[in-house]
Amino acid sequence: MAILVDSNTRLLVQGITGREGLFHTEQMIEYGTNVVGGVTPGKGGEWVLGKPVFDTVKAARDATDANASVIYVPAAFAADAIFEAIDAGIELIVCITEGIPVLDMMKVRARLDQSSSRLVGPNCPGLLTPGQAKVGIMPGHIATPGNVGVVSRSGTLTYEVVYALTQAGIGQTTCVGIGGDPINGTSFIDVLQMFEDDPATEKVVLIGEIGGTDEEKAATFIAQSMTKPVVAFVAGRTAPPGRRMGHAGAIVEGGSGTAEDKIKALAEAGVRVAEHPEQIPELL
Amino acid sequence: MNLHEYQSKLRFAEFGIPIPQGKVAHDPQQVYEIAKDLGRPVVVKAQVLTGGRGKAGGVKLAQTPEEAQARADEILGMTIRGHKVLKVLVDPAAEIKAELYLGVTNDRAARKPVIMASAEGGMDIEEVNRISPEKIIRAHVDPFLGLRDYQIRNLAYGIDLPRDLWKQFMHIARALYRCYVESDATLAEINPLIIDGEGNLLAVDGKMSIDDNALFRHPDLAEMRDTSAEPPAETEARAAGLSYVKLDGEIGCMVNGAGLAMATMDMTQLFGGSPANFLDIGGGARADKVAAALRIIVSDPNVKAILVNIFGGITRADEVARGILEALETVKIDLPLVVRLVGTNEEEAHQIMADAALPNMVSATSLADAAQKAVAAARGM
Repeated sequence: MAILVDSNTRLLVQGITGREGLFHTEQMIEYGTNVVGGVTPGKGGEWVLGKPVFDTVKAARDATDANASVIYVPAAFAADAIFEAIDAGIELIVCITEGIPVLDMMKVRARLDQSSSRLVGPNCPGLLTPGQAKVGIMPGHIATPGNVGVVSRSGTLTYEVVYALTQAGIGQTTCVGIGGDPINGTSFIDVLQMFEDDPATEKVVLIGEIGGTDEEKAATFIAQSMTKPVVAFVAGRTAPPGRRMGHAGAIVEGGSGTAEDKIKALAEAGVRVAEHPEQIPELL
Repeated sequence: MNLHEYQSKLRFAEFGIPIPQGKVAHDPQQVYEIAKDLGRPVVVKAQVLTGGRGKAGGVKLAQTPEEAQARADEILGMTIRGHKVLKVLVDPAAEIKAELYLGVTNDRAARKPVIMASAEGGMDIEEVNRISPEKIIRAHVDPFLGLRDYQIRNLAYGIDLPRDLWKQFMHIARALYRCYVESDATLAEINPLIIDGEGNLLAVDGKMSIDDNALFRHPDLAEMRDTSAEPPAETEARAAGLSYVKLDGEIGCMVNGAGLAMATMDMTQLFGGSPANFLDIGGGARADKVAAALRIIVSDPNVKAILVNIFGGITRADEVARGILEALETVKIDLPLVVRLVGTNEEEAHQIMADAALPNMVSATSLADAAQKAVAAARGM
């Protein structure tokens, strides 16, 4: 068992013929992900990496019965790509693209709330269910199957943690990157609920960072609704207020969103908070 | 990206919001001319991208052109919270009967725009929110429906605005929301929105922040960026496509990925050092970008040691190794260099670094190991 993606995932790649799309599609196929086709407007009818290319998501969905889509299109067109996937009824949409304007994301959120699609991201590394499927850009070799669920707002920091777990002989059910933007499709709470419900997941690792109040909300949820142990790490203790630390969402504004507040909230919810990422395996 | 007060107000005016008919000046003589043309008392206001101008003496009233020139002479060149004043706005002084607040911003938790009004304008809205949040009336806006008139009436009613001003208030609120949307702003606020001597509403001070991610569709706004108050290294980093924030510590950090960059900074502090910067070289960073990053780090005289932490995913560790060597051909780096390269192509990377046999380079295995070595190196150990 796992969450969100597994060997039953039938994946479409939006932007399959682009530089990033092509490179990562090859990696995903190599990992064993069932990629059923791709979409690039104007290139319908072509084949890449042995997969059919379609002009529209709807045409691709009709022909392949895809149940998931991963988006690698540039930021200026990414919101449109998400709307298109929602409209075609794709159940799981994973958006890797970084730099989508926040007003675009507000519209995406409003549309998502009226649909049955789930969006993971944007500005995220995607999902990895070791041994079954990889959707996005996480390096496959750092993970190994096991019983720990990982959820994170970061990219490379997630790799660091997953790698440390694997090195310590601790495998993972699914690794989920929810992304570093202020407005995203899937929150910590959504993923924590899925891990709580997943029989294969026995423990959970949560990796947060400064900005917003998602970690605080997660802490409340953990205290009230989770039976499985959670270990956390929060990045950004040395970040100054008012400065955006790379991710659009990683900013301490008006005194809220500090690492201290988040660590305190998580600790009060019974979460063991690591001082540094490499300490996580021992806390598990 | 933040806009200056004068830039924000000119933008407001384009959408039909009434603003004082002032002008910007770079020297006291210009201020004299502007004040003379206006022919009435003026306010000379420092244009800096930081708050607290009034308290710092950066906003002064002047009765005559001579007095305006003298005030400008004092204000121009002063430093407010680390920002040097290079420009002043000269506005006609307005008679103020009441100060209101009106602003639109992104409500991150609600995932919607929110418009806020308060009868307690003139002071920091975060302060009003802290002391008496009930004095701020809010309305969330459906991004598809836009701001509706009834929502504006709710605000006007909520702040007890005299009924004869509702029509003007409706017009200003609609315009401000349109300005926020069409500028891809993350904040558009009028503070204060005053009731002047003639009983009209006037936006005497304003502030706008633009979503950096949306600047590609607003070249006119992108041009307004004022880099004079930011460290030159940050301007250079932006041009090189790097995400860099200067800090006060002594360990220069070069990392791929924002989260890992923050974790690396935190790690130096955990082991008794302090980070000199946040620097994310991004995904798939190539040799030239790495070279630019190293040049920017060593341009900071406080840096005593450099910590390179790369976890290869899309970024290939061997590319970074080559980038470091390439940078060393153009920039002389005598500082100790602690390098940790893991992930994609790490064996090749280690080979490249071993072959180069740099005397000032130490390699590290884990993140903790790298941080400890960098802290020790910065202390000259």
